Amino acid sequence: MILNTLRYGGTCRVPAVPDTPALAVDNLTFSYPGADGPVLETVNLLVHPGDRVALVGPNGAGKSTLLKLILGLEQQRTGTIDVYGHPAHTCLHRVSIVPQRTSVDWQFPVTVRNVVTMGRYVHLGWFKRPRSEDKDRVQDALEAMEIADLADRQIGELSGGQQQRVMLARTLAHDADLMLMDEPLNHVDISTQELMFHTLERLTSAGKAAVVSTHDLGILTVHFNRAVFLDRTIIADGPVEDVLTPETIAKAYGFEFHKNYPHQNHTPSEAPR
Amino acid sequence: MISPLLAAIVEPLSYTFVLHGLLAGLLAALACATLSPFVVWRGMAFVGDALAHAILPGIVVAFALGISLFFGALGAAVLAVAGIGLFSGGGRLKEDTAIGVIFAGFFALGIMLLSRMVSYQDLSHILFGNILGVSTKDLASMAVVVLIVILTVALSFKEIVVTSFDPSHSVAIGLSPDLIRYGLLMLLALTTVVAIQTVGVVLVLALLVTPGAAASMISRRMSRILFWSVLFSVAATVTGFYTSYYWDIPSGSAIVLTLTVIFLVTWTVSAAFRHRHARGPRSARGPR
Repeated sequence: MILNTLRYGGTCRVPAVPDTPALAVDNLTFSYPGADGPVLETVNLLVHPGDRVALVGPNGAGKSTLLKLILGLEQQRTGTIDVYGHPAHTCLHRVSIVPQRTSVDWQFPVTVRNVVTMGRYVHLGWFKRPRSEDKDRVQDALEAMEIADLADRQIGELSGGQQQRVMLARTLAHDADLMLMDEPLNHVDISTQELMFHTLERLTSAGKAAVVSTHDLGILTVHFNRAVFLDRTIIADGPVEDVLTPETIAKAYGFEFHKNYPHQNHTPSEAPR
Repeated sequence: MISPLLAAIVEPLSYTFVLHGLLAGLLAALACATLSPFVVWRGMAFVGDALAHAILPGIVVAFALGISLFFGALGAAVLAVAGIGLFSGGGRLKEDTAIGVIFAGFFALGIMLLSRMVSYQDLSHILFGNILGVSTKDLASMAVVVLIVILTVALSFKEIVVTSFDPSHSVAIGLSPDLIRYGLLMLLALTTVVAIQTVGVVLVLALLVTPGAAASMISRRMSRILFWSVLFSVAATVTGFYTSYYWDIPSGSAIVLTLTVIFLVTWTVSAAFRHRHARGPRSARGPR
């Protein structure tokens, strides 16, 4: 029962086990209740601190489901998911999410600063208001994402790129060690993309890990050090240049790749700069 | 020297039952207006209305047995919410379908029990409210409910907002959106019992939706929306109450109509404002 397994605002008593993967998914199989077959089948994945992993695959490949299972949004039944040496959800401070744009109500009456402050809630818990330390962290995150001047705006007034910066600022305020992002690149302008990747590079070189789901193959070559092709199970996994071959792309997107994704036909060669 | 206006305001309150009525109205206004912004922004209008109707059998049974209406209503609300969860669980039915089935079934049961157990007079009081029939004991229990609602919302404001806005992030930080949702439904059920006294089952929805809707026309921040919602609700209750007293119209209808007028005014002002400043915010937004 999901109510029992969640502990909000608790302190993180277990230290990260040294020299363990940031994320270890072992033999994970998952199907939605009432569905015909599994969405994910014997998925094995290791993400190490410092990794910047692109999770690639066609729509319905199970990318979001995998992220949801790591977060605990869906209950896992077979296989194990470990985060820094402990079962997932042992320590909620360590994992953050940038959710898919459509899962958030952008018209909701909250300001940019309100949303970024939500990244601190995991450190606060019930009844506690943000302390001055939390406010400083929020301000730092706003400045890092260059949206400090928008802090008092309602989030619906922002452009798509600005909204995604707000979500990334919230992840910065959360201060997690494993950052999950579900399609953060949709409807995002180039300068926001650059800022996002710059920030990700800074964080991962400091030892954090990031798993970013995307169906935009063009950005892979420059911005990630590893790509994982997922289509129900892992089709290819390795350094971007090894993984990004016409064979793996055709396999990941099936033989109808050219039919279904004509606009992405040339994307790999159009990699920005 | 007392002005005639002041006299007109104070004079009715010299009757205890009128004073009690006004206090009951204000308590209902406070509880409803506190929940209203969340009802509006979480899209809980339908479930709120359903709950208001679904507690009818609980109230009738409690009335007939001579026990506290609150426990009767709360019992029925718990059953209704559990039923909605049961029928919509597992994805076999959409939630609003489950709500519709439960809502109509419970209300029909309530009507049947009413016809067997209590008089037509009582029926009309439950359906349309009886603001002038409030006892001191009623007032005390209403005040307790209002206190519970306000304290709960004040203490878990940030949790209610984060689960409403971004359920994924809530789960990621260990905060269950279901817990907050069921908690809010229970508060709605309690609040409905308070509001039934003043506006009745049929018009409770107005107190739960209209103040938050009007407040949302003039601010885009939850804390300010909450403030305006309470202000509008209290103002409408006082205005409606005196209108009802001097013009001899039903109090529930007077209060709800006043609220509706407030909404229409805020909507018009906000539409006019947006039209006039249409270019303002957009050009300020600019490309990034």
